[in-house]
Amino acid sequence: MSLMSQITLKVNGTTETVDVEPSTPLLYVLRNDLDLHGPRFGCGLGQCGACTVIIEGEAVRSCVRRVSTVAGREITTLEGLSVNGTLHPVQQAWIDEQVPQCGFCQNGQILTAKVLLDRNPTPTDAEIREAMERTLCRCMTYYRVQAAIRRASSQAKGEE
Amino acid sequence: MSPNTSPSEAIEDAVEEGSASRRDFLKTSGFLVVGVGALSMAGPLSAVAQAHASGQAAGPYPDLDFRQLDSWIVIRQDNTATFYVGKTDLGQGTGTAFRQVMSDELDIAYDKTSCVMGSTDVTVDQGGSGGSDALQTDGWPMRRVAAEARRVLLEMASTKFGVPVAELTVRDGVISVVADPTKSITYGELIGDKRFNVTLSGEDVNKVAGQASLKPVQELKNVGQSPPRDDIPRKVDGSLKWAVDVKLPGMVHARNVKPPVAGATLVSIDESSVRGIPGLVRVVSKGNYVAVVCEREEQAIRAARELKVDWQKPAAAPFPSSEDLFTYMRKATPTSKSDPQLVGDPDAGFAAAAKVIDADYEVPFQGHTAFGPAHATADPSNDQMTIYSNDMKSYGLRNGVAKFLQMPRDRVRVVWMDGPQAYGRTAADDAGFEAAFLAKEIGRPVRVQWSREEETAWDTKGPAYAVRMRGGLDGQDGQDGQDGQDGKLSLVALEYDARAADHNHLGYNEHDSVLIAQLAGMRKTEPARGRASIPYDQYTIPHRRMQGSVVPLPLVWETPLRTGNLRDPDGPQITFALESFIDELAAAAGADPVEFRLRLLSASTADDEGFRRARSLAVIKAAAEAYGWDTRPSPKPAATGDILTGRGIAYTYRSYTMVAQITEVEVNRRTGHVWAKRMVCAHDCGLMVNPEALKRAVECGMLHSLSRALHEEVRFDTEKVTGVNWSSSPTLTHSDTPERIDVVLVNGDPNPERPDLPHYGAGEATCKPTLAAVANAIFDATGVRLRRVPFRDERVLAALQAARV
Repeated sequence: MSLMSQITLKVNGTTETVDVEPSTPLLYVLRNDLDLHGPRFGCGLGQCGACTVIIEGEAVRSCVRRVSTVAGREITTLEGLSVNGTLHPVQQAWIDEQVPQCGFCQNGQILTAKVLLDRNPTPTDAEIREAMERTLCRCMTYYRVQAAIRRASSQAKGEE
Repeated sequence: MSPNTSPSEAIEDAVEEGSASRRDFLKTSGFLVVGVGALSMAGPLSAVAQAHASGQAAGPYPDLDFRQLDSWIVIRQDNTATFYVGKTDLGQGTGTAFRQVMSDELDIAYDKTSCVMGSTDVTVDQGGSGGSDALQTDGWPMRRVAAEARRVLLEMASTKFGVPVAELTVRDGVISVVADPTKSITYGELIGDKRFNVTLSGEDVNKVAGQASLKPVQELKNVGQSPPRDDIPRKVDGSLKWAVDVKLPGMVHARNVKPPVAGATLVSIDESSVRGIPGLVRVVSKGNYVAVVCEREEQAIRAARELKVDWQKPAAAPFPSSEDLFTYMRKATPTSKSDPQLVGDPDAGFAAAAKVIDADYEVPFQGHTAFGPAHATADPSNDQMTIYSNDMKSYGLRNGVAKFLQMPRDRVRVVWMDGPQAYGRTAADDAGFEAAFLAKEIGRPVRVQWSREEETAWDTKGPAYAVRMRGGLDGQDGQDGQDGQDGKLSLVALEYDARAADHNHLGYNEHDSVLIAQLAGMRKTEPARGRASIPYDQYTIPHRRMQGSVVPLPLVWETPLRTGNLRDPDGPQITFALESFIDELAAAAGADPVEFRLRLLSASTADDEGFRRARSLAVIKAAAEAYGWDTRPSPKPAATGDILTGRGIAYTYRSYTMVAQITEVEVNRRTGHVWAKRMVCAHDCGLMVNPEALKRAVECGMLHSLSRALHEEVRFDTEKVTGVNWSSSPTLTHSDTPERIDVVLVNGDPNPERPDLPHYGAGEATCKPTLAAVANAIFDATGVRLRRVPFRDERVLAALQAARV
């Protein structure tokens, strides 16, 4: 039978301790215990990307990641992307490009794009498609998502 | 909000506070004494303010009086205005557009306005959203009430300054005396936080009007501009609170347990199978509806997975397999027929034609497969029911739940909040009914969340269509009516005969047809008739016969193949048949596909309603020009190499919105893979309110139908839906995205002598022609005609191999 246990998480720069079953997917702990609603439930299967968070530079699907495996590691959610109230350049590009329709998937689009640009600040179109391939959108904002990634990339280049 | 309140609980606190203000405001006639908080801010309102509930203790929640100006517009002392409208924004930016049209009529700066939408206790019942009618239908009463508020404010200023209204001017919410501009007053100073107390006329909400006239289009300043959508920043920074985010004190989590086989009957539930799961609150069942309720979400997921239920399979197979669907549909006995449309003498037309062509087209069931599965939270406290929902038709959900639970309507309210991709799915909000049902059973707030597999299998489906087409070509010039003058073949006779698997098409939030009503044995007895739609008379064709019949599947109730409105709701299917076939006829006539259509459209020169013929010609020409269309018949001469390219056009309209699309494809002859490399859409929806938001809605609508063209098909065996997640039921992805999309916004009728066009609907029209444009492009590239959707790699490859391409 499952037992609750105390798990300490580092999320968006703060340390939180939760009392949950260790096998609980990280998604439900973030949403229901820590009230971080950037990551959302889309499939629970790691197929769509709605639940994406960043863990130490990796885009991670929190719906299939047990909370016990991420104890003590630096977790960033969509809410933690801005710094002192200033949007991350990727978020700003999303607004400038007016990307979302319903917006439900955009957490995954934005965080996956951020991880891509952190690793490869000037991706080619093919690299954008490849990196974003498994991050789904059912309103089909893909064209604007890709445009926003190019915009964020070229703005970063301009600022160098 | 106390410092100890969690952000989620804070939503509900603010909801209660904000809505108390609203309700008190509407009740009292003097100054508003309650602090208005978030409601007074300009710009977009958070879900907190949108929800503005009045507290469970403070019901009942009577309908707002749409004949009261105060139900629509509140002006604050700081000279800002809040508009209250009974619509929902599903992600196309209608909320921003409402602010544009209403601020123009009110004569207040756009950025001094905000808009509250779709919550049943604080906005008038405009029915919520659907059918791309937000501006086409509901924009009118919104404009009229805003114009009336302006008129009343001018009257007030006239009294104050002692000068006639004609000697006053108004700009950005400030009224001045023309002869003496030092005499001026703001709207806020005139009426801030007080009621207008003005009664409007109109027999229903769509006809509501005051005494004021609307502005001519030339005087609209915000309309036609593209202010950024006001919902987007909060969707990008994570601050928006969605319907999925609602968390109430004492709330529990529910998951459904669906029958494993369609039409199965519940025999027994072994509750001991889940008794050891921590946090289990209850197993609830009624008829064939089963749910588990737990304290925590992950516990409910586990309980739903582990609950042992004994089901009895139905005696007969509920449906044919998806592979056998069209064979079944052609043999099935129809349950209803549409009224046939007959023009001329089709039989004589075919008999006299030089060439007669037949073709069958097939579009399978396609699901909504919303990105976020169904969800809702219901609070039953104090003998009332509040449902936090993304239901696009929130008022209907309120009415339906009241009937379903046999509660007085004014004890039920729906707080509308943002949600994933609606497109018809949430017009029959299963989760909203289930949450309310469970909340009443349990006596605690309940959050229902469907699983991915449940949503993909059991959501409502767009009906499957099998369409038989026949066309007769003859050497008659469509323009001058003289035989063979130019030697070109023209379309003289057309027959369209559709079979639609649409029996028992689901109604909007009906208490006796939503899924829980069906499963729980609380459903009506008579299935809905459904429909088999007939295309518009897009072209002038001398002899036409168009008819359709609805065919049933064996299992009529409690079926995962229940049909509902999916974006349009059947335009993509019928336009696929019509516009593919027009392309086949053009090829048989040796004509260029654009030129062939233009000739058919030019066969008449008479003006029609909404100038649809003239505007059709305009969008087709605009699309061809934007694409750089090379005039020649399809297909292209055979090419070498693995990648074959081609372009196809399709055009149609929806109501008065005209759409022509051109798709350029690359077809890989080794793999059968189709990539829509480039897409062009020329779009005319009359008066455009926000061109940039419109462009994006058009792009996304096209790509949604591209996904339907290339990937989407509900797969099922003879017992159940088998494609239940993103791997077994694929969707368009980033790599499918066109390299380039051009949206050409055609602004109305090309004839400057005619009156200005009104704002027609945008959104669903865009979804209609894409399937045919893609098929026509594949034909142009390969010479192979694909008549069954979707054009998955293996199907395309098989067709290419069969044709030895």
